[in-house]
Amino acid sequence: MAELGFTVIDDGRAVEVASAEGVERARHAQGAGRPVAIDLDERAAYLGVAASVRARALASLEAPDFTLPDLDGRLHTLSNHRGKKVLLVAYASW
Amino acid sequence: MWQATHEELRGFGFTIVTVALDKSPEAARPWIEAAKPAHPSLIDTRHVVADLYNMVNVPTIVWIDARGRIVRPNDVAFGTDTFKHITGLEAAKHLGALRAWVRGEAAPLSEGRTRELQALPTEAHQQARAEFGLGQWLFERGRAEAAARHFERAGELAPHDFTIRRGTMPMRGIDPMGPEFREMLGAWTKAGNPYYRPLPE
Repeated sequence: MAELGFTVIDDGRAVEVASAEGVERARHAQGAGRPVAIDLDERAAYLGVAASVRARALASLEAPDFTLPDLDGRLHTLSNHRGKKVLLVAYASW
Repeated sequence: MWQATHEELRGFGFTIVTVALDKSPEAARPWIEAAKPAHPSLIDTRHVVADLYNMVNVPTIVWIDARGRIVRPNDVAFGTDTFKHITGLEAAKHLGALRAWVRGEAAPLSEGRTRELQALPTEAHQQARAEFGLGQWLFERGRAEAAARHFERAGELAPHDFTIRRGTMPMRGIDPMGPEFREMLGAWTKAGNPYYRPLPE
């Protein structure tokens, strides 16, 4: 069996596969129109989301849902606030 | 910065949700501990929200109605006038509009107008976000030099995205308030590009 050690990050989830499979999955995603960042030295590839997919979701005006942690690591999901008006604010310390 | 507004309007079926586009929870901690927010105050080291909403700088605000629909797309607004002397943007105008919407005194933007005002991502920008994503993953694993290469590539692909160009500076050992930022900002604005792009009146 081929050695693992190549990481594919797809939809935010990292999975380890053999190098040949990792490169193949990256190529396949690219062929399907997805943006792919690959680093052969670091043995990792990141499969992103196509502009057309993002554009369609935004134009639908459904607020894209997400789940993120707070400082204590507690997870919060945007759609749990359904029924309330929400002001979403992105900021940063930089 | 937003806690007072949350307190003022929470009785009207309203909440604020803040998301810090920072390299680590520790980078955002002093801000959050100083603000003592009663609203969800989340950490987004991987820029999930920036990708989903096509955000290109901070602060970026979005209004979402009780059905979970966007009724005001990405806009620039501050919760207070702390940075007004730098940004030239006053908090009061947005806060006034927000109050009126939350209290049901004014309608938000129409669907048509909201769509008109939305900026949608390009393929180059999504490629930049993939490069950012790989860089961020490498950075989390202590591969700072390799990460920096992908962050730089991302910045070249999306020169208008300061969540990438400025937001990755702390992960590249660069002071995001320092001379390299000022140089980048100077070149950008000199070419006729605004750093902040609030929605038109």
